Amino acid sequence: MNVTLRIWRQRNPREAGGFLRYTLGDVRPEMTLLEVLDRLNEELAAAGEPPVAFDSDCREGICGACGIVVDGRPHGPLPGTTTCLLPMRAFRDDATITLEPFRTGAFPLVRDLVVDRRALDRVMQAGGYISVRAGSAPEANTIPVGRESTERALDAAECIGCGACVAACPNGSASLFVGAKLTHLGLLPQGQPERARRGRSMVAAADGEGFGGCSLHGECEAVCPKGIGLGVIARMNRDHLHAALGGQNP
Amino acid sequence: MTALDPRVPSGPLETRWTRHRDELALMGPTRRRFHSVLVIGAGLAGASAAATLSELGYRVRCLVFHDSPRRAHSVAAQGGINAAKNYQNDGDSVGRLFHETLEGGDFRSRESSVYRLAELSARIIDHAVAQGVPFAREYGGHLASRSFGGTLVSRTFYARGQTGQQLLLGAYGALAKEEAAGGVTVLPRREMLDLIVVDGRARGVIARDLVTGALETHLADAVVLATGGYANAYYLSTNAKASNATAIWRAHRRGAAFANPGFVQFHPTCLPAAGEHQAKTTLMSESLRNDGRLWVPARMGDTRRPQDIPEAERDYFLERRYPRFGNLVPRDLGSRACKAMLEDGRGVGPGEKAVYLDLTEAAGRLGMDVLRERYGNLFELYRHITGDDPLRGAMRIAPAAHYTMGGLWVDYDLMSNLPGLFVIGEANFSDHGANRLGASALMQGLADGYFILPYTLAGYLAGAPLVAVDADGPEARGALAQVGARLERLLAIGGRRTAGDFHRALGGLLWNHCGLERSREGLEKAIDEVAALREAFWKDLALPGGATELNQELERADRVADFLELGELMCRDALAREESCGCHFRMEHQTSDGEALRDDARFAHVAAWMPGEQGRGPERLIEPLHFASLALHERSYK
Repeated sequence: MNVTLRIWRQRNPREAGGFLRYTLGDVRPEMTLLEVLDRLNEELAAAGEPPVAFDSDCREGICGACGIVVDGRPHGPLPGTTTCLLPMRAFRDDATITLEPFRTGAFPLVRDLVVDRRALDRVMQAGGYISVRAGSAPEANTIPVGRESTERALDAAECIGCGACVAACPNGSASLFVGAKLTHLGLLPQGQPERARRGRSMVAAADGEGFGGCSLHGECEAVCPKGIGLGVIARMNRDHLHAALGGQNP
Repeated sequence: MTALDPRVPSGPLETRWTRHRDELALMGPTRRRFHSVLVIGAGLAGASAAATLSELGYRVRCLVFHDSPRRAHSVAAQGGINAAKNYQNDGDSVGRLFHETLEGGDFRSRESSVYRLAELSARIIDHAVAQGVPFAREYGGHLASRSFGGTLVSRTFYARGQTGQQLLLGAYGALAKEEAAGGVTVLPRREMLDLIVVDGRARGVIARDLVTGALETHLADAVVLATGGYANAYYLSTNAKASNATAIWRAHRRGAAFANPGFVQFHPTCLPAAGEHQAKTTLMSESLRNDGRLWVPARMGDTRRPQDIPEAERDYFLERRYPRFGNLVPRDLGSRACKAMLEDGRGVGPGEKAVYLDLTEAAGRLGMDVLRERYGNLFELYRHITGDDPLRGAMRIAPAAHYTMGGLWVDYDLMSNLPGLFVIGEANFSDHGANRLGASALMQGLADGYFILPYTLAGYLAGAPLVAVDADGPEARGALAQVGARLERLLAIGGRRTAGDFHRALGGLLWNHCGLERSREGLEKAIDEVAALREAFWKDLALPGGATELNQELERADRVADFLELGELMCRDALAREESCGCHFRMEHQTSDGEALRDDARFAHVAAWMPGEQGRGPERLIEPLHFASLALHERSYK
């Protein structure tokens, strides 16, 4: 197939950016979009041109490093698919494909398609964990955990921290990200002692980082490569409200 | 031959670690904050070590080249983590896990370290559960487990096919907790490019800020490398694209011995390579061999669809060759058996480069729902990458480079021969000998980080005469200048071939000559060709951009330059080891039925290479291996 990539190029946050077009022939449908970018970059490098900067690592959809807005949609047109696993067979021959970075206030641009998502780490620091010191854990089978709640906790824990939910949200909200962690830990008995505090402080940290509020547009759910649903936001709201009203644990 | 001293404690194997721990010097709780530790990398080993050291009160700085510590490649481990819990009542024990790991490694690992690993395995599960890792559960709420290759018990704990992700998020959570508490500073997008050695002790690193290009000097009382393995030397491997050897290689150049560089694991169940454009190979978890059966058509050139080939015309080659273990043989045997089928002309799929992994029988026995619950995300991954339905007909799989048992040499305290330089996780030469058993990498990384290093590092700091160091000292300034000069040199070459192109060429050489099978002739050829390729690299590299900006092509080129040096050492190591053991299969040394033929009289040792100086080649030191608990015997999975 032949494709034209229309790519956002911006050397750094201080200089202006713009779209550049690159046409590539002999693209095979089983290649991934990032493999096409790899090839383009090798051609650019061989010609002495600066390659397109983009984040990616595992190429298996699990590390969360990749994230490109493809034709207006974070991670591209296929549901449940990270950018790194997006195959070219998802596009028609002679397509023009527009690639842009995740654009949202809390993710400052670094270069081309690379943004800084460190704000998500800082939200996690506000309580996205169970406080346990190495050495103090009881024997693992001491506390049985229901199979059903484990499965639901794992559904939420699958979040890869890519930030697509934020990029897709008209408010730039990180509610799906925060809700996923609160749901994961809130469904397990080990997560109960800190549950109220966790809800309060992670929501406050997200506000502090400049992530917007949730108005249930549902764009986040639609682009989440791991299929995390709006139910986690309902849980977040319930935990947060309960904590705000002074309850210890809902 | 000069021997390295692993400083293994004496006494009965079963009590060595406990006794050693009791005898190690402790650092007083109010003194710990006066000691600083640098941890490079935040995968399972690095994150668990950094968090635990901070919990104890040390001042920790953790450098990662990703944008977040949650991205480290441990995240991609799929199948599970071993622990000798014996919840299944199937005869498991610390002794059996020890025995199987030692035997799985074909008696080329250090007995005392392997025993300690088995001993600590159960506590890792306890700790992970307390952190909220959602391991699979039975209906009664207790932990479920499954079997892995090389074992006859069920001791692998898992969270669907994403156990590594869940364990890493546990360690990342611990790191986040300690960052919030102020004990750890994580510096993302920093790559270690040199080690600073003062008075013979590791005292810091030179790192590059990947966004600004600024070179930074980071000083500390001790340095911990947790930077993973080097399977990407093969270009195509199951490792993440950016996984690299640079940190351990630069430490090696500064005098840290590199042990068993030629011990590389090829994983039998990966997606077959599809073409030039391919960025990497993708693993399909070994756990699939619990329920999947490997086969090829019995006759050559059978091009029918797998579902159209009747039972009688299939060759379930692992079950045939290894009746006792069947599809659950260790990875080295599984990979070589696959390769034999391909060479026999019985490969399937495009280019006949694959064998079948078939879940049809399990689907009939267990039902689709159970299979989806066990392997759902693997099926999704297979479908994403190949566009095929893994449950229709059969999956196509092939061996690929996956994990490196070799790495920097460490003593029993996980310290390299350079005092103050600790190496943990896959980056060290570790406990897996010549072949790692499945679900043991996560176990080792976390044992090192949570339960071994925090003790041994204290022992070192308590006894080490540490002089004051500063960034303006000659060692730090010298290292900084060398790193800067090297980057300038790379940028000044002005040639025509990209780093990726050189990397693919190196990968091809290593795959052909230092891969699943090695021979004297092939290795000698590869050593010359790798050296020639390295020379070409430094003359003809095309590298745009500058050093003071985000320049991913510069990062790549700098790493490829190191792989070009390491690749030669891998071949030299494989050439010097005139025997076959585990993953290291020398064509010249095999039994009459094609199995590895060890030479215990000459090679029951770890080979640890010292860097060559001024034109001399690298020097091969050894650590002799002693087996008090278990008589050396030929591995048998038949």
